[in-house]
Amino acid sequence: MDMVRGHVLCCGGTGCTSSGSEAIIQEMEAQLAAYGLDKEIKIIKTGCFGLCALGPIMVVYPEGAFYSRVKVEDVKEIVEEHLLKGRIVKRLLYQETVTDDNNIKSLNETNFYAKQMRIALRNCGVIDPENIEEYIAVDGYKALGKVLTEMSREDVIKTILDSGLRGRGGGGFPTGLKWKFAYAAEGDQKYVCCNADEGDPGAFMDRSVLEGDPHSVIEAMAIAAYAIGADMGYIYIRAEYPIAVKRLEIAINQAREYGLLGENIFDTGFNFDLEIRLGAGAFVCGEETALMTSIEGRRGEPRPRPPFPANKGLWAKPTILNNVETYANIPVIINKGADWFASIGTEKSKGTKVFALGGKINNTGLVEVPMGTTLREIIEDIGGGIPNGKKFKAAQTGGPSGGCIPASLIDTPIDYDSLTAIGSMMGSGGLIVMDEDNCMVDIAKFFLEFTVDESCGKCAPCRIGTKRLLELLTKITKGQGTMEDLDKLEELCYSIKNAALCGLGQTAPNPVLSTLKYFREEYEAHVRDKVCPAHVCKSLTSFVIDPEKCRGCSLCSRQCPNDAISGKIKEPFVIDQSKCIKCGACQAACKFGAILKK
Amino acid sequence: MEKKTMPAFKGTKEQEEQLKEVIESHKGQEGAAIPVLHKAQDIYGYLPIEVQTMIAEGLNVPLAEIYGIVTFYTQFSLYPKGQHQISVCLGTACYVKGSGDILEKIKERLGIDVGECTPDGRFSIDATRCIGACGLAPVLTVNDDVYGRLTVDDVDDIFKKYE
Repeated sequence: MDMVRGHVLCCGGTGCTSSGSEAIIQEMEAQLAAYGLDKEIKIIKTGCFGLCALGPIMVVYPEGAFYSRVKVEDVKEIVEEHLLKGRIVKRLLYQETVTDDNNIKSLNETNFYAKQMRIALRNCGVIDPENIEEYIAVDGYKALGKVLTEMSREDVIKTILDSGLRGRGGGGFPTGLKWKFAYAAEGDQKYVCCNADEGDPGAFMDRSVLEGDPHSVIEAMAIAAYAIGADMGYIYIRAEYPIAVKRLEIAINQAREYGLLGENIFDTGFNFDLEIRLGAGAFVCGEETALMTSIEGRRGEPRPRPPFPANKGLWAKPTILNNVETYANIPVIINKGADWFASIGTEKSKGTKVFALGGKINNTGLVEVPMGTTLREIIEDIGGGIPNGKKFKAAQTGGPSGGCIPASLIDTPIDYDSLTAIGSMMGSGGLIVMDEDNCMVDIAKFFLEFTVDESCGKCAPCRIGTKRLLELLTKITKGQGTMEDLDKLEELCYSIKNAALCGLGQTAPNPVLSTLKYFREEYEAHVRDKVCPAHVCKSLTSFVIDPEKCRGCSLCSRQCPNDAISGKIKEPFVIDQSKCIKCGACQAACKFGAILKK
Repeated sequence: MEKKTMPAFKGTKEQEEQLKEVIESHKGQEGAAIPVLHKAQDIYGYLPIEVQTMIAEGLNVPLAEIYGIVTFYTQFSLYPKGQHQISVCLGTACYVKGSGDILEKIKERLGIDVGECTPDGRFSIDATRCIGACGLAPVLTVNDDVYGRLTVDDVDDIFKKYE
């Protein structure tokens, strides 16, 4: 047997693949072979490390050297210096991992990872997701074995109930309770489904779990099937996630080969098998009844509840549907016990939550923190703050169903109930940071454009109501709004909340309501003063030349596509506002910073 | 908005054979329509009414039902795509970092709107929801190539690669 003395972990998640990790892995293979190291150094393509902003990422063990933003041309140097001669290439290290005395410290001690606690993401960036043996080596399928051989179905449900685990897809319904209802439901056939239709823009934690640790979801679904008495499961996944789909297919096939899916699992007489169903790009299919309708092969429209899926779900049979991240927690809860899990988090929100940090923040990526961590800790400590010295303005959680949290509430501990109390919601865990350059009316409009586009059209409050909301918001961003429009806006929001059929319609007004609540003065500025304080809304913004700074070089007038700028050489130029189309070409061209937005 | 002109259907015999195989392998399976439509779109690149009719007849379901499914899901397209499919991400993370301006610039450059294809069939533009590469925001893709951390000024350079 070959002795492997070192491992090179390369991230193969979507973020790093998009920034070119595939080419780096190929170059690494070629260079290792060229130096005759291919027998002693092993390359492992892992799932997401979380620090997508620094991708492509490469970690070399046993040293634990964390190379960031690696380029193809850097690979030769890493092989020659580090892997051959044992000298870490400090130039390429993530600078946070370099200590003052020029040594390297563990990744877990860096600001980004120190406050994190990885349960759902425990194996992401650690194991090779395309190799079932690696999952088994980190206690994989141990929980399924324990459940099938030592625990009754009632024990399993009690453990999940006692753990306090709540659904990670958005609503936060207690997972154990859902299982208990489906267990109690009468039916000759029951189903277990997984919601991997991660539709919230800016949320990608489910994709990362499936790309980095697909077996944990398969194992958890088998445990759920045993608990409720099902023998068939479906994973409904977005077609936009090709890497996740491929790894899931590989994982399912391997699990079948190892007898962990199929008939008579662990010789206990328990049967369970899984199928993948691809979504086709409809946000509403993240809603449970719509998702099941889509699996049935029809237009994914929601239907009224009750009957709840636990009694009448897929093909009118008792069904449970849980989200990917929820499932990823299950094997750990079974292995470590309900008390251990319940000791993490806050009183009513147990465990951890994964957030996808994005927008105006230095460390964009995936983070997993105990419930109750404050927004400030996530943004300032883990996220590394706002780039370019800008000021934090708001954080958006919960996607199109959530709201904007203003800077004054940055010390709010994050759990299901505190987020709902301030008019936002946990949602699936997208966390988009905005700075002073973002206009909150524009953001509300952005989300309403999304909702109008994605409304399935089944119920009138959502189909027509969101359209009317968007029209009002458009009017306001064009400077044509009145103060009565603001009242109308609010009234319409509450009507939609009360009357819409499904959870997505009922929460669609949240982005408007929360921005109206916390940023009302910004709406009023658009309406009363006809200005957009963040200079985003084009109709309310004008470009002007500062005569003090202008050197009269004429560059701007030559760039202007509409001949709106005129003047004499070496004297300040002027923009004719009636001709200006606000394209910003002049501002980009000016070398003296003399053109300002007003 | 002007009505999009529909190019004539140019399906080949081989494509039809492939589609028939797909239909045959899914026949009788519950919920077959969506998987079949996915595969049909892989074969033809889009789902014109001719293809939908073949699927409806093959699976023995009304054409109206197939059409209803195709128009419900944004992944299914009634129109052909360009040789170079440009998709600009309009997810929240990309939007707050300016992907809307990038989309405007591309529309202006090609003279077509989102969902349309240039008359020579070379470029088409789509506005996509989050592709999950938020760490690289703002992002656009041309076929399978991903371009991240973009500014409006990068658009011209990207086009140079495909012209």
